[in-house]
Amino acid sequence: MARKPDGKHEVETTGHSWDGIEEYNNPLPRWWLWTFYATIAWGIVYTILYPAWPLVDRATGGVLGWSQRAEVAAELEAVEASQADLRAELVSTDLTAISENEALQRYAVQAGAALFRTNCSQCHGSGAAGAVGYPNLLDDDWLWGGRMEDIAYTIRHGIRNEDDPDARYSQMPAFGDLLSREEIATLVDHVQSLPDGADPLAGPGGTLFSENCVACHGENAQGDRTLGAPNLTDAIWLYASDDQSLTTLISQGPFGVMPAWGERLGEHGVRALAAYVHQLGGGEPEPEAEE
Amino acid sequence: MSDEQTSLYAAREPIFPRRVSGFFRTLKWRIMILTLGIYYITPWIRWDRGPALPDQAVLVDLADRRFYFFWIEIWPHEFYFVAGLLIMAGLGLFLFTAALGRVWCGYACPQTVWTDLFLLVERWVEGDRNARLRLHKSKWDFRKWRLRLTKWSIWLVISVATGGAWIFYFADAPTLLRDLVTLQAPPVAWTSIAILTFTTFTFGGFMREQVCIYMCPWPRIQGAMMDDGTLTVAYREWRGEPRGKGLKRHAAQAEVTRAAGPQIGGRSPVVPMQFRDRSGVIRSQPVEPSAGPGDCIDCNACVNVCPMGIDIRDGQQLACITCALCIDACDEVMEKVGRPRGLIDYLALSDAPLERAGAEPQSLWRHVLRPRNVIYFALWSAIGLALIVALVLRPTLELTVSPVRNPVFVTLSDGSIRNAYDVRVRNRQGETNDVMLSLAADDGLTLDVEGADNSAVEVEADTQRLIRLYVTAAPDAPAASADRTPIEIVVEDVETGETASVATTFAGDAR
Repeated sequence: MARKPDGKHEVETTGHSWDGIEEYNNPLPRWWLWTFYATIAWGIVYTILYPAWPLVDRATGGVLGWSQRAEVAAELEAVEASQADLRAELVSTDLTAISENEALQRYAVQAGAALFRTNCSQCHGSGAAGAVGYPNLLDDDWLWGGRMEDIAYTIRHGIRNEDDPDARYSQMPAFGDLLSREEIATLVDHVQSLPDGADPLAGPGGTLFSENCVACHGENAQGDRTLGAPNLTDAIWLYASDDQSLTTLISQGPFGVMPAWGERLGEHGVRALAAYVHQLGGGEPEPEAEE
Repeated sequence: MSDEQTSLYAAREPIFPRRVSGFFRTLKWRIMILTLGIYYITPWIRWDRGPALPDQAVLVDLADRRFYFFWIEIWPHEFYFVAGLLIMAGLGLFLFTAALGRVWCGYACPQTVWTDLFLLVERWVEGDRNARLRLHKSKWDFRKWRLRLTKWSIWLVISVATGGAWIFYFADAPTLLRDLVTLQAPPVAWTSIAILTFTTFTFGGFMREQVCIYMCPWPRIQGAMMDDGTLTVAYREWRGEPRGKGLKRHAAQAEVTRAAGPQIGGRSPVVPMQFRDRSGVIRSQPVEPSAGPGDCIDCNACVNVCPMGIDIRDGQQLACITCALCIDACDEVMEKVGRPRGLIDYLALSDAPLERAGAEPQSLWRHVLRPRNVIYFALWSAIGLALIVALVLRPTLELTVSPVRNPVFVTLSDGSIRNAYDVRVRNRQGETNDVMLSLAADDGLTLDVEGADNSAVEVEADTQRLIRLYVTAAPDAPAASADRTPIEIVVEDVETGETASVATTFAGDAR
């Protein structure tokens, strides 16, 4: 039972009792009530001004027309505007001179990293370590060259694609149609021995090599970057080095394709990506200017 | 009254505390001058840290994530110092509350200090209690408007200054002040000033005791930290009762002996002094009938000076912030009527039965040096010592190493194996620092720094620099073909020769 006050100092109790402890029914301060009303008024005004009430397929838009998407778009625009100078500078600076400007280099690498994760990591991996048939961009081995200009060209025009007439192009024949199984097996053994320092032109494998391969891979088997022919004497294999993989490769001929990014990413994107890829650990320096 | 429907909501009953002087009032004035002085002056103290760092002695630099406190600079990864200080603050509150009750509330809480300051202004403009009471009841004529507006203007100036001082802790104070004057300060500065001005003005000017009674959690929490050995402000009701002048005392006695629970605000029941008996049960002590009147002359001085508007003679209550002004007020009266001081005094509940029986209460030191308090103090000082030791042993040169795991290693064309590491070197000094990176043992391993010709790196003052480091194992080195090889990366300060090192692993091609 709720107890009513019986004197001027007594306070009514709520009637709740736990182990003999009773709860007072003290009045709330009136300002608390007004604060409560104020929060309700605030809530109503807020739901009118801002997106709030869920409807069947969307929510009420709010009188102010505010949206999180528009805010993000505005923020992105602001960031781009703040970077306008750097963007212009990146496009106008000589490719080889980018790394000399510390701020520009930092910007180019950060922008390139973002572009790489979006556009390149699908094949080359998020760490740029590549995959079978997709070159590792971290090492010091380059099919088409590892200087800034080479990398930028490869990104701009791509490799063996049909969209860009300037795409880098070469094709290794499918030797399965030209050589016998035994000859291919001999060639596989021979190629496998090249990284260990074997003479590319010695032995039965050497004969086959000089007849079929030197045109592109060279007499020293160190490849030719103008043709994208890999160096066969180094420790890096674009495809695997086991018998079966190499047999398949020589028989069918590899044909790795990379899209042209010049149109899609623009000059700014290509240059940023080139700067990013160049500093991943394998970028080659510019040759000393000739006198 | 019993049939009357009580309202669910009650308007605030205005309180007009009377001026009082005495030991505790003087102490509170001094604490107020000290705390407000610290608050307003601290951001303006300068401390030279070299050209690259701010010269503000106390600065919370949120944008650069630095906290400066005189000679100490805290980086975000050292947040444990702040955590330690917070734990010390918690234990300190336990200690003070267990020993001296709600001293924090009564003396040092900003709400109390600023309310005291606002009351000072109020008294200065509108006069003391009786004048203010008259003014409160008077019509809104010119004089009332003039006094009210003067008071509110001064309050507003204090409030703006309070909000203004706060933001100086977060930016270089002279620069920010210039920006404020020339209206070029950032919006967050104006917003902070506005919010703190509003809260100071309303909390100090109008809400006052409402904040303590209804909004603040401390009174509830501190109630759990006190026990019957805690010294707190209380009324010696066995000495004071029956109160009153002459024949009134019997009525007064009847009033006091009515026992009930704790009270809130000014509308609550009367509780006489309570104590725990030997089995720990709280009992209220009935007032024994006495032949003569008690010392309390029922002058209400203790009630009139109370900023919370309560009657301390009602016993322990939630609304009492133990500001001790009633002690001063009562002592003054006791002196006038020729009775000993201390009718209202700092005393412990456990002393009540002793005193009632005519014995001496336990000494102040017996109360303060209880095991509970000693343990709190020991814990508090242990953490303080640990923090000081950690601060002294803090290295000036630090590095962290995170091996790049995507991919774990790269095979180079000559067959050597390369690992990459992201090394973060922290330079905590006020000037640019050249550091050399090296490996503790070489074992066929070489170290290169991305973007640098040698392993020397420049780290700017008060920054952390991220360095991409390559460690390459020659094809015939054991590390090249081992799955994991422990290595140690060493950083050396070129100038001082100080070194720091981190152990990590080198991943080889074990296939």
